[in-house]
Amino acid sequence: MRRIRFAGAAVAVSLALLLAACGGGGNDALEGGGSQSGGSTVTVGSTNFTEQLILAQMYAAVLEKAGVKVDTRLNLGAREVVFPALVNGDIDLLPEYNGSVLSFLDKNATQTTSEEVNSALAPLLDAKGLVALDQSPAEDKDGWAVTKATADKYGLAKLSDLKGKAGQLVVGGPPELKTRPAGIPGLKKVYGIEDFKEFKALDAGGPLTTSALNKGDIDVGRVFTTQGSIARYGWVLLEDKPLEPAQNIVPIGRKDAMTDQVKQVLNGLAAKITTEELTKLNKQVDIDKDDPEKVATDWLKSQGLV
Amino acid sequence: MDVVGDVLRWLTDPVHWSGPGGIPARTLQHVWYSLVATGIAAAIALPIGIAIGHTGRGALLAVNLTNLGRAIPTLGIIILVFQLAGFGFIPVLVSLVALAIPPIVTNSYIGVRSVDRDVREAAEGMGMRGRQVLWQVELPVAMPLIMAGIRTSAVQVVATATLAAFVGLGGLGRYLIDGLSQRDLPQVVGGAILVALLSLITELLLGRVQALVVSRGLAERGADAAVRAKVEKAA
Amino acid sequence: MTDGPAPVLAAELIRWSWVGDHLDDIRGYLFQHVELTGLALLFGIVLAFPLALAAVRWPRLYGPILAFTGVLFTIPSLALFILLIPFTGLSIRTALIGLTIYTLLILVRNMVEGLRGVDRDVREAAQAMGFSATRQLFQVELPLALPVIMAGVRIATVTTIGLVTITALIGWGGLGRLFIDGFTLDFTTPIVVGIVLSAALAFAADLLLVAVQRQLTPWARSRRS
Repeated sequence: MRRIRFAGAAVAVSLALLLAACGGGGNDALEGGGSQSGGSTVTVGSTNFTEQLILAQMYAAVLEKAGVKVDTRLNLGAREVVFPALVNGDIDLLPEYNGSVLSFLDKNATQTTSEEVNSALAPLLDAKGLVALDQSPAEDKDGWAVTKATADKYGLAKLSDLKGKAGQLVVGGPPELKTRPAGIPGLKKVYGIEDFKEFKALDAGGPLTTSALNKGDIDVGRVFTTQGSIARYGWVLLEDKPLEPAQNIVPIGRKDAMTDQVKQVLNGLAAKITTEELTKLNKQVDIDKDDPEKVATDWLKSQGLV
Repeated sequence: MDVVGDVLRWLTDPVHWSGPGGIPARTLQHVWYSLVATGIAAAIALPIGIAIGHTGRGALLAVNLTNLGRAIPTLGIIILVFQLAGFGFIPVLVSLVALAIPPIVTNSYIGVRSVDRDVREAAEGMGMRGRQVLWQVELPVAMPLIMAGIRTSAVQVVATATLAAFVGLGGLGRYLIDGLSQRDLPQVVGGAILVALLSLITELLLGRVQALVVSRGLAERGADAAVRAKVEKAA
Repeated sequence: MTDGPAPVLAAELIRWSWVGDHLDDIRGYLFQHVELTGLALLFGIVLAFPLALAAVRWPRLYGPILAFTGVLFTIPSLALFILLIPFTGLSIRTALIGLTIYTLLILVRNMVEGLRGVDRDVREAAQAMGFSATRQLFQVELPLALPVIMAGVRIATVTTIGLVTITALIGWGGLGRLFIDGFTLDFTTPIVVGIVLSAALAFAADLLLVAVQRQLTPWARSRRS
């Protein structure tokens, strides 16, 4: 009898301790943002590559400087998982690329210039309760890369050089590369490039594609044009008429979280982000292994924004 | 919501049953990963568990290894080995082997250890020495428990081999990862069902093997009920 | 470095300055991990108890309950979490639902095993002494079933601590976030820290539960297990 009471007490005490521990330190880690209307805390999210981490930290830093309460949920996964989280309120703000979001929301989109893309994007976002803020001049496009050795061996400098040789090459990229119009079907349609020897589903310019390309498990890899890895490993980006539409960096946020203050702060940042600056920052994280948060704040300081 | 219909359609689509991305190919890859990992784990774990059971030394480790092994963050190990070894099978193999070793060690230990003292003394009375006792008495009696350990490991490995797709390899996990990436829910559900089925089949198949390795003498004496009880408790 | 490869490897495995700079993050991840584990166990126990009681009271239910939970268990955790995303998004509910299901499966089994393992004689003696069914349950059967139930709680706890890291793939993860941070940043330090801490957490939790079990069942201490 006494034992059961003791057991009950033990359980109660343990639970109390547990809840106390969580209440103390866990709140930041647990805060998912939720649908916080009235602009209390803005939760900045990001997908899973280093440029995203840098951009998200930038947004967080300038917002905090302006007195907005900010929470970050970074490195959440690929866009398929993270964008829906934006729509349903688990996060409030996401650094995005206008062309990619457009084709994410409308598979058949054909717009190419920044203006066209942004106009087509606005109603689609509005329907989901989202709004795009000002775009930056910086663009991060999807590209195709080969190692220097492969480029020399097959004489590859432009995408059109792949014609006639694709059958001997293994290509790797995100799983949807196989089906997206700007992916492998695009190569076929625009350049007449035949089927590759093999397609390996890896990731979008991430660690898998990087490792596979360097080890020779794939010959052609899908990368991002601003990635630091390109310079780090001396890859060759195959140039030519881009298959992709414009890919300006643009913050996309939930309408009820994007107060006038938030908009003003982020729009003030937008014009300063150029492709060159972004590529430089990516290099610091990818090659020098600096911390994304530090890289972002140092740069903002140099620009007089924090 | 016609999710059920979509899933059934995905599972029965002939396109999904042929080619390098088809269900047979992926299942074979999955089975291969699981087989190699479990095999290597058994090769490492069996001698260790049996030795501990036979000599009685290191018992504390053996008994607790399974429980602690449950906490092995397989995802962490895959990613760490990936950082060190790069793209390929090694990261997957190392983490699956690490996952599979503990249950085999623990069960082999318990199996050999719990051979009745009477039986062991009888064998020694008959003139058998250490090694002979081990091979001719302890191991045959311990076989069901040893098999139970291998079975537990195998099922865990089959379920966890889905992580191979996370580092770009094949196997049934590809349907989960690709389905997520292509926003193809029927593919994810289909993949989940296939892995669950494969786990079940593995469990049942090895269960049969386990029942078959109960040495004839024990089975005839009806002692298999006691062994079964021990087996169930350890599984 | 003129030393052999081993010291270079060790130097690359952990950059201690990173650890120092990120202590707050690490602490936050650790709390998230403990909280997810604790909540999943809590819900698991609360849900498993009535199910187990039902299975014991109406033995015909046990087969189906066991089969159903057994099938759920074969669904790989990665799949279960991915499947929940369209419904519950990246909220903590997704992680908790998945984690609770797995603890549930382990706990129901052990609770039923434990309750069933109580000797019929003991139960009959209690009845003869005039104990009501509820009194019998709480004052006789449960205490006697405690060792087996606690064994189940231990297994569930350690398993959950491992599973929490998988939730990193759906926006949570506790210490598992260190794994994907290391993956994205191409950096082994966070990964090593994550593995060491989650193993340490499991070890500590297991020890704690063993101590709790000893406290709750002092009569079992003298008997050889």
